[in-house]
Amino acid sequence: MLAYVFKRLLALIPIIIGLTIIVFLMIALIPGGTAVAILGPLASPDAVAKLNAELGLDRPLVEQYLSWMGNLLQGDMGRSYSLKRPVIDEVFERFYATSILAGTSLILCSIFGLLAGIVSAVRQFGWGDRLVTFFVLIGISTPSFWLGLLLIMLFAVEWQIFPPSGMYLAYGGGGILDLLDHLVLPAVTLAVVATGVIARLTRTAMLEVLRQDYIRTARAKGLTERRVIYRHAFKSALVTVIPLIGVQAGLVIGGAVYIETVFQWPGIGRMLVGAISTRDILLVQGGVLLLAVTYVLINLAADIVQTILDPRLKS
Amino acid sequence: MTALLTVENVEKRFGGGRSLFGGAKRAVHAVQGVDIAVNKGETLGIVGESGCGKSTLARMLVGLDRPSARSIRIEGIDPSDFERGNTRVLAKKIQYVFQDPVSSLNPRKTIRTILETPMIHLLGLDKPAREARLEELMQAVKLSPEFLDRYPHEFSGGQAQRIGIARALAAGPELIILDEPVSALDVSVQAQVLNLLADLQQRFDLTYVFISHDLSVVESVSDRVAVMYFGRIVEHAEARELFRQPRHPYTKLLFDAAPVPGKRSVRGEAEPAELPDPYAPPPGCAFAPRCPNVRDRCRSERPTLAADQPSPTHAAACFFPVEA
Amino acid sequence: MTAASDTVVAKPAKSARPSSFRLLTNNRLAALGLIVLGIVVALALLTPILPLDNPDVTDPADRLLPPGTAGHLLGTDHLGRDILSRLLWGTRVSLAVGLSATLIAAFFGSLIGLVAGYFGGRTDALLMRSIDMLMAFPYILLALGIVAVLGPGLLNALYAIAVVNIPFFARNIRGVTRGLAHREFVDAARLSGKGHAGVLFTEVLPNVLPVIVITMSSTVGWMILETAGLSFLGLGVQPPQADLGSMLGEGRKLLFNAPFVSVIPGLMIFALVMSINLIGDGVRDVLDPRLRSGALARPSARTRVDRREVPAMPDRETDDALDVIDLKTEFTVGSSVYRAVGGVSLDLKDKECLGLVGESGSGKSVTAMSVLGLVATPPGAIVGGRVVVDGADLLEVSDETLRGLRGGKISMIFQDPLSTLHPLFTVGDQIAEAIRSHHPVGHAEAWKRSVALLELVRIPNARERASSYPHELSGGMRQRVCIAMALANDSDVLIADEPTTALDVTVQAQVLRLLDDLRREKGAAVLFITHDFGVVSEICDRVAVMYAGRIVELGTTDDVLSRPAHPYTRKLIDCVPILGDPDRRLDAIEGLPPTVNRLPPGCAFADRCPRVRDDCRAGEIALADIGDRQVRCLYPLVETEE
Repeated sequence: MLAYVFKRLLALIPIIIGLTIIVFLMIALIPGGTAVAILGPLASPDAVAKLNAELGLDRPLVEQYLSWMGNLLQGDMGRSYSLKRPVIDEVFERFYATSILAGTSLILCSIFGLLAGIVSAVRQFGWGDRLVTFFVLIGISTPSFWLGLLLIMLFAVEWQIFPPSGMYLAYGGGGILDLLDHLVLPAVTLAVVATGVIARLTRTAMLEVLRQDYIRTARAKGLTERRVIYRHAFKSALVTVIPLIGVQAGLVIGGAVYIETVFQWPGIGRMLVGAISTRDILLVQGGVLLLAVTYVLINLAADIVQTILDPRLKS
Repeated sequence: MTALLTVENVEKRFGGGRSLFGGAKRAVHAVQGVDIAVNKGETLGIVGESGCGKSTLARMLVGLDRPSARSIRIEGIDPSDFERGNTRVLAKKIQYVFQDPVSSLNPRKTIRTILETPMIHLLGLDKPAREARLEELMQAVKLSPEFLDRYPHEFSGGQAQRIGIARALAAGPELIILDEPVSALDVSVQAQVLNLLADLQQRFDLTYVFISHDLSVVESVSDRVAVMYFGRIVEHAEARELFRQPRHPYTKLLFDAAPVPGKRSVRGEAEPAELPDPYAPPPGCAFAPRCPNVRDRCRSERPTLAADQPSPTHAAACFFPVEA
Repeated sequence: MTAASDTVVAKPAKSARPSSFRLLTNNRLAALGLIVLGIVVALALLTPILPLDNPDVTDPADRLLPPGTAGHLLGTDHLGRDILSRLLWGTRVSLAVGLSATLIAAFFGSLIGLVAGYFGGRTDALLMRSIDMLMAFPYILLALGIVAVLGPGLLNALYAIAVVNIPFFARNIRGVTRGLAHREFVDAARLSGKGHAGVLFTEVLPNVLPVIVITMSSTVGWMILETAGLSFLGLGVQPPQADLGSMLGEGRKLLFNAPFVSVIPGLMIFALVMSINLIGDGVRDVLDPRLRSGALARPSARTRVDRREVPAMPDRETDDALDVIDLKTEFTVGSSVYRAVGGVSLDLKDKECLGLVGESGSGKSVTAMSVLGLVATPPGAIVGGRVVVDGADLLEVSDETLRGLRGGKISMIFQDPLSTLHPLFTVGDQIAEAIRSHHPVGHAEAWKRSVALLELVRIPNARERASSYPHELSGGMRQRVCIAMALANDSDVLIADEPTTALDVTVQAQVLRLLDDLRREKGAAVLFITHDFGVVSEICDRVAVMYAGRIVELGTTDDVLSRPAHPYTRKLIDCVPILGDPDRRLDAIEGLPPTVNRLPPGCAFADRCPRVRDDCRAGEIALADIGDRQVRCLYPLVETEE
């Protein structure tokens, strides 16, 4: 197993290199190139020309990439012109907030999605199934940013149960309880869509598995129906669903952009929106790269769990 | 008799080559060192169990798989067309009937479209000529012309196989490769198709290569038979002689294992025995590990296919063939 | 079972099937979606000619009028613009952008998928690695990156959303194409003289098209949501133009004093996306053949028993291991009823091996599955008869009793040992599980016993092999494992459903020999289902021949094989080539078996029988005794001994 994990980690290297190339191209492709990225769109043409010459931007793209990559490996992603501080500091500070929000959502949607999917499949065409199907449909049809607004109107403005925005109270805040209080609404909102998708996938996977010959074998050897469903069928369904949960992590991380904006959550998503408006490309670059690498690692984890469950995949 | 098709020392390797870091990838020899000659008008049976390479061999004969070495010849065709998998040239002479009749017909095309395709692309027939040919074909495979405008899913396995045969006949080939043409059919329908094939052979002067795992079917249709094991031909002979007096122990085992109605004697091997690992083929005879009369020489040296007693047309790749 | 259910599923296609659109509108939810979407699209199309205010004209005097105000049906926004007008114009934009993004993504994604899937090899690797690269970015993030480079704006948002969705199409279409590229009809088209491009676009594409449509219908909704999202963030449509997302974005700032400004566009997006998703589900149900045939229905733990007629229990004590009395099992698919088993009676005597022979669709497997209630419901149901073991009717016993009998007193061996073993558990574990569900033993003890069982079926290195997964074993080894599992609880009855059909002939001989030895050693009675008279004669004491759901002949193997009494049995023997007798012209049975949803009155074989007379078609023909044999024929081939 260790050897397998090592092999998968090695296989990650070309993907990460690919990611850095795409992200690097972001600055190479914008009009004005790196100098504009460093100085901001409002810099004078003279300053831009001067810096371009200083940086040697007439060099071939490959050379530029290599030197950019060299800096990246030393933890240098440049300075944000709008924030006047190193990109890497800002990005990692914000990453903490995003990982709390997205992580909680991912856990919520995995648990509820799997449960709803199983109920729905086992009670196919029953009330449980209809209820789940109904909520799934609502969940995947509602824009999450709008749902966030509705929840703020109800829970924060109308009933004042949860705070409407932020991560901690501005005055006298801090502490885990304060964080949880602020976390509930955005985490739930962010989880809704992915829960629906996972529930749907789980239902289909379970129904698919329950028709397999080996389920008939399990029944033929006299296993209880509980055992047939929760040991034999669920394990197979999980093999299909786990990597799909990994894919849903992308939905959750991406959705965080909206939710952080709606709930004023101080994470990377909100930072990105601001950075795009001010054309602070270096900041966008840092945020996108960090989230993409996180996503790739989550998918790797999902693949490894899948391989542990399914010995056929090892070879 | 003249050989219509000759195959010399043909070989097919899957996998292999070098990986990104220069390590050799594992290769499997699906077919190795096979020589066959098919005479005009005869039926050559090829028999073997799954994994013996018989289907790969068949696919190479029509250009669907490319041989790893240039070695297939048929009169009037450049051998390089086999190597390049140039089916457009080969298909006029050699056609193929598939094992699974239903999946060999595109579910979204009518029978008419399916049968017209080779007439358009291979023969370049115009509309009236195609109509005439369609009628002739449907009559040849004993199907009512009204079926022409139906879709494949409306047919039973036997009917679908007749259409598959009609498709193969459409371009007027000389040689037809039949790859397990009746294995997917029920026995009562199997006989209909076997009889039809025999009639068509007479009528259109066809040459067949008949591939099957079923000994009794192969025996009933073939003039000559080749037995394959682990990618090689281990024995070939006139059908009658082979079945009367098998020389290779594997052929003997096949005969003994075949269930025959009215014969009550289970003569399978007592211990589980299977094909060797294709990634690590044994140095000697591939059958040695399960051979009842194996000796030391068999494990170190590979026997070649050599004609021997009792007749010059009977060859077995065995150092110690089964005595008569 | 597999064969039987295949015929059942394949048959409905023959009947005149309703058009796809008809099916779609029959689905009530999809119809609702169509209506809602129809209204929205109609409004959007009519917007330019409707008497609406200019959506971009501001009127500071009329700011934030609530809905219902005269002249402003849905009120006005913070700049005094008419919300209704902006809503309809905005819907136009959102729809147009969502649809174009879908078309762009579908076109390029499908093209990549088709090419990669069809050609495989290096082409595939290169294309799919690039696609993987795009997919390594979390969904919306890549779109943000693209917008960051291109700058905010409606068209840029459209491109971004389209690009982000290309991988989704490419992956889906590639998977389907890959499956089709290896189908035999693709080879057949190549041999018909078509080139690669011809095969790809005229043979493969028509089969992929439904998948493209399904994928499109399930992504349009997403794309509308995502473009709205970008506009919501201020990165899509730029003021003063509005789409639904940007309206929401503007409304967000007024959340506390004028919630309707954001609620209204939100509701519109919701209605739009919901209706599209409903239609998408409907489209999928119609175009996906598996969903269409109801094949995704969950089979229940036990076949539904709904007997219209219940024969009397046999009064005398028998020494039979298993009695099947007038068993009837049906499949209901749509409006057709398939009488797969139409009244089968069998007595399996203690320690004997009884063969059940027939062609596919004859009902032999369904008979075997019915004994332990393993026929899938839906669509199957047992509608008559009894299955008697030890004086108890298995169709009446409680679920718990039946569970105890399954794998306990009665065990099953199935046809394909790869699909019948669970791929994710070791074989030792699966055997141990069978033991533990019938005996109160610990895991270690059960494991020890399963190793012993693996030794019993002569698997070499049983101790190590017990920890193997099924895919690590060969077909013959797997079937040995299945036999070991069936023997785990010393069953009195083994039901073997074509146990050697999937095996090669030499392996079949090994397994048959093993099975024959073991059943004698263990003293178990065997019901052996097969289509091969050769196999029957090697292992069975008696044999029953089935045709169209009924037994047509039953007798000792020697009698039936050497002097068949039913014309069908005779024909079935004569149409198979026999090893060592190559010159026999095969006596084919003309015609096809009747389908079991349209059985003729009288003898089901009448249409193919050379000896048929008028009274054969008149009515029910009973299974009559001739000596120690039973035949369902008015004019049997052997003399009635009187």
